[in-house]
Amino acid sequence: MNALLDFVALVGRSVLGLCASSGRLTMFAARGLSHIVRPPFYGRAFLRALVEIGYFSLPVVALTAVFTGMVLALQSSTGLSRFSAESGVASLVVLSVTRELGPVLAGLMVAGRVGAAMAAEIGTMRVTDQIDALSTLSTNPMKYLVAPRLLAGLIALPLLVVVADILGVLGGFIIAVLKLNYNAATYLTNTVNFIETQDVVSGLVKAAVFGLLIALMGCYHGYNSRGGAQGVGSATTSAVVAASVLILAFDYVLTELFFAR
Amino acid sequence: MSDTPKIRLRGVTKSFGDKLVLDGIDLDVPANSSMVVIGGSGSGKSVLIKCILGLIEPDGGSIEIDGADILKLDRGAREAVRAQIGMLFQNGALFDSLPVWENVAFGLLARRSVPRAEAKARAVAVLAQVGLAETVGELWPAELSGGMQKRVALARAIAAQPDMLFFDEPTTGLDPIMGAVIDGLIVDCVKRLGSTAIAITHDMASAKRIGDRAAMIHKGRIVWTGAAADLMASGNPMVDQFTHGRREGPIQMELRR
Ligand SMILES: Nc1ncnc2c1ncn2[C@@H]1O[C@H](COP(=O)(O)OP(=O)(O)OP(=O)(O)O)[C@@H](O)[C@H]1O
Ligand SMILES: [Mg+2]
Repeated sequence: MNALLDFVALVGRSVLGLCASSGRLTMFAARGLSHIVRPPFYGRAFLRALVEIGYFSLPVVALTAVFTGMVLALQSSTGLSRFSAESGVASLVVLSVTRELGPVLAGLMVAGRVGAAMAAEIGTMRVTDQIDALSTLSTNPMKYLVAPRLLAGLIALPLLVVVADILGVLGGFIIAVLKLNYNAATYLTNTVNFIETQDVVSGLVKAAVFGLLIALMGCYHGYNSRGGAQGVGSATTSAVVAASVLILAFDYVLTELFFAR
Repeated sequence: MSDTPKIRLRGVTKSFGDKLVLDGIDLDVPANSSMVVIGGSGSGKSVLIKCILGLIEPDGGSIEIDGADILKLDRGAREAVRAQIGMLFQNGALFDSLPVWENVAFGLLARRSVPRAEAKARAVAVLAQVGLAETVGELWPAELSGGMQKRVALARAIAAQPDMLFFDEPTTGLDPIMGAVIDGLIVDCVKRLGSTAIAITHDMASAKRIGDRAAMIHKGRIVWTGAAADLMASGNPMVDQFTHGRREGPIQMELRR
């Protein structure tokens, strides 16, 4: 009986803790986002974040996309051969990449790369009093550190996903033509015929949401880190784990919103 | 009301967990003067100064600046008060993603009242005041020695000529000559620019040079206030023990033998 009560108490505490921390996170997000639209604006900080998130993530996102497209083509050609739909490969590759794998894989890669770096940078600033110092120099740290990164995440991820979409389709095309000996022109025609605006747009909207989530997790965990190098280390881990889980969860929710009828 | 102190603390308390750090601090700092705060390591000096800055929320008491209790102000008004305070953090807290000159010019650039070129010229001038050459301005904070970082942090605190200046151990880690130069600079800020200063220091020579008045904090309370010139001969046994660095006396160091 006592053990049961302890268990119920534990569950209750965890639920309350979860509510409290999601409340804090929501407040943090609302404050950060509200600073995006209120002057003064920090153009330099924004551009720096945009380059850091977007440009420097290009290689890893590009490689991921190419290989994903190649694997998709290979897998689907063996899977679909029974129905022998040459067009099936093209459509499967383009739909999976634009709707699903482009945004999700780019999101996960960027979460590992950028989310960690953000949490580490802001966390170090926190534990060395640099964030306190900002506020004594007429600068709101939410506005200077958080808002530009949120905006950069929101903008950079869709741009990366455009690249990922193109390269993913290209990867599929390479395998289809060079290895499976499909006709190049037919493959491209099939690709173009199958793709619809909604596929691409839904992928880009997902990407924008994921970009915001990654930046939000990096900033939030960095901003609230405590206790020296160790605190910064665990903030980094939390940022990446939380961003990755949230990306997968929001992927489901957004898919439901876009495609479930 | 010219006799209202610039900064007035009444009964300020703060604990972290069950550890009581500030236990009812009363302190008055008159305008255009400087107050030196001394006290043992871990006695709560840095916490006290961060409370006045609004970086740490006290558990109780009142903190008045120009007669208005800042603990009762809303966020915007508190930011406005904080913008009038220049702060030298104990560990420097330089922005390591910015070159030295941008660190120094940060407050000026943040107010957007001066163009970048002019802010840079001002930064170079302030760096010269703390004995750093123009070339240092182009370096990164990580490329400086500890004492140089301290001086850059000091330059950053005074660059925008704020109304109030807080120094957390301004001369720790500097050689004696540079220490005297920095003390002179702080006195200059108070006397010439009319700032009000609070300086934490462990250096008695420096305390006498900087301070008009001095206060000693022990176990979360102010145990003595008086003229800084009287520090070495205060007649208070605690202050005497502290300033003369005696092992025996009313202050028991919590050491285990
Ligand atoms: N953020 C914090 N969380 C928990 N405890 C803290 C925190 N900041 C300070 N303390 C505690 O408050 C006490 C006073 O710290 P403070 O930094 O004010 O000391 P100090 O007087 O400045 O010492 P020193 O001369 O060594 O700088 C210390 O015992 C410290 O452990
Ligand atoms: Mg201290």
